[in-house]
Order: sequence, then C-alpha cells, then structure tokens
Amino acid sequence: MKKLALIALLALFSVSAFAQGYKVGDKAIDFKLKNVNGKTVSLADYKSAKGFIVVFTCNHCPYAKAYESRIMDLDKVYSAKGYPVIAINPNDPTTYPEDSFDNMKKRSSEKKYTFPYLVDDTQAITKAYGATKTPHVFVLEKTLNGNIVEYIGAIDNDTEGGDANKIKYVENAVNALLMNKKPETTMTKAVGCGIKWKSI
Amino acid sequence: MKRGALAIGLIFYTVLSHAQQVKPVKYEKLHQLINAITDTTYVINFWATWCAPCVKELPNFIELQKQYKADKLKVLLVSMDFRSKLETSVEPFVEKRNIPLEVYLLDEKDQGSVIDKIDESWSGALPGTLIINNNQSYRKFYERDFTYDELQQAYLSSKK
Repeated sequence: MKKLALIALLALFSVSAFAQGYKVGDKAIDFKLKNVNGKTVSLADYKSAKGFIVVFTCNHCPYAKAYESRIMDLDKVYSAKGYPVIAINPNDPTTYPEDSFDNMKKRSSEKKYTFPYLVDDTQAITKAYGATKTPHVFVLEKTLNGNIVEYIGAIDNDTEGGDANKIKYVENAVNALLMNKKPETTMTKAVGCGIKWKSI
Repeated sequence: MKRGALAIGLIFYTVLSHAQQVKPVKYEKLHQLINAITDTTYVINFWATWCAPCVKELPNFIELQKQYKADKLKVLLVSMDFRSKLETSVEPFVEKRNIPLEVYLLDEKDQGSVIDKIDESWSGALPGTLIINNNQSYRKFYERDFTYDELQQAYLSSKK
C-alpha cells in the first residue's frame, strides 16, 4: 500500500514537472534538430548571437498562420541585432499531415523564411521547454552560464492583427535585453492550438 | 390538453431555434456566469471552428447534456474564434451542425488577457473545458480534449 502511494506521488510529481517546463530565469538546454534543408541546427552554432527568439510554431494552426509574417519580421529585424528566430515545429504530423516535414519544407521555401524551421521529432525539446501550444515563444539570453529564459509567451496581444496600439511583447523583451535590461513583461498568455503529442 | 402540448411544442421550437444563435460576450458577462452562486453545474467548453480536436469532441458535449438532462447541468460552448468570424464562420458552423447548446463567442480583442481570469492553469491551448459548481465550490479546468467516456467521468467526478 505504501509503495502504491509512493508510486502515485512520483507519478504526480513527474506529471507536474513535465507540465511546468521552463520558468523565466531557467537555463534552457541546447538541441540538435533537423532543419528544412536537411542539416541539423543547434543554438551553439550561433557563435556571435546574443540570444535567441525560439518560436514553437507549425503549418496548420490558424493562430500560427496569423503570426507567420510577424515571426518573419522579428527575424528580419532582430537577427542582425544578435537575436535570430529559431522556429520549431512540435506537432505529430500523423494528426495534422499539413505539419509534415515535406510540408514544412514547402512552407518555408514558399514564404522565404530567413530563419531555420526545425522539426522536434521526439518532442523532447518541446517538453523540456514546456511549450503547450503554437505559437509559443521563448526569448533566451546567451550568458556565460548558458542560455537563460527571459521571456515566455505570446508575440503580442493582438492575434488577429490591425490594432495600432498592440503591445509587442517579444520586441519589448528583446529591446530591453539589447539594452542590458530585464524585460518588464516576462510572461504572457495567448490562445493557441494545443500541441499534438505523439501517443506513447 | 392538446393545446397545452402545442404550446410546449412551440416553446421547445423557439428554444431550439434560438439556441443556434451565437452570442458575442465580453469577459465580464462570462465572469458573472462563471461565478454565479447556483447549484447548477456548468460545463464550459472553449473551442474554435478551426480547431480540429475541438470540432471532433463537440458531439460529446451535446451528448453529455442530453444524457444528463434530468441533472442540474448546463453545457455551454464558448468560441474563441475572432469576432470578425462570427457571421462568416461561427454562426454558419453552429447552424449547419444544428448544435442544441448555448453558444457564445468571446468578444475580446486581447483574448490572452482573459485566459488567466478563466483559469490560471490554462496556457491558452485549445480545446479547454471548465467544470464548475459554485454551491459545491467545485472548479476544475481541463486543458485537453475528451472522448465521451472521459468527459462523462470528468462531469461525474464533479458530483462526488
């Protein structure tokens, strides 16, 4: 009986640890994921980067589509400043064939992505980061102690677009980091498409 | 007696045809609903017409309301589609599928700002379902989709 309770407790603990993922201030692990060009990409490849805008996104999700051009703009502006966009597709393509590797290749070449679009085949990185939906952004700052999570959440507070007074959360966070400041807003939420997990 | 039956029939007809309207609501209105002190259990499903797993599980919510119609249970659907899609996507969708539930559309430009207010544990991923009974101080949010059996279990566990 005691053993059972212990197992239950352990199960509960691992579930909650899994559900939480990173918090602001945590060190993010590096990865080695396959890009649409067939090569693998790691954060360590970016020797001169000051940090990263890691975006969990995908092809099929209407909210990801709504943000696609804004993700492209982020890379155009911030890659040169030392914060490149790294896009990761976390979805199991058996649920959404539109999210298959071939369709990722198609999408990125049609839209002329200037950033890598990686596939997280095992979903291990998605789980480690704690991404739950697309799009879901993690802004990392490269430090001597590794890549530290400085912002988690939405790109801005205007998914549909068109609001001139929108708050650009990611831009604000990166701008602050570029001035050696901490972002004012470090966590936001947005409605998104739940990530499709592979059945174990 | 016949007239009575006819009247009841008419009422049902009105209720059913009205049920297909999708009402845009601000969070404030939803908040009042969520926090109303009543012994009715509310099962509130957050969905969107574009969200495949949401669409897939919708019949389960209809079935739950049907099976437990004798209970003090109210199943509500809250669409998170953009407000601009109300007439072009959401209403035609609800009409075409003849959804016999109350359907709302969360009419907030900054939807992200209300996610925490609906439930702090919710990341914003769809679908999500809130089960509440304020008289029993019962409140549980599920960030997941349901089979019918799972939904039934979730509902029944609110009554224990």
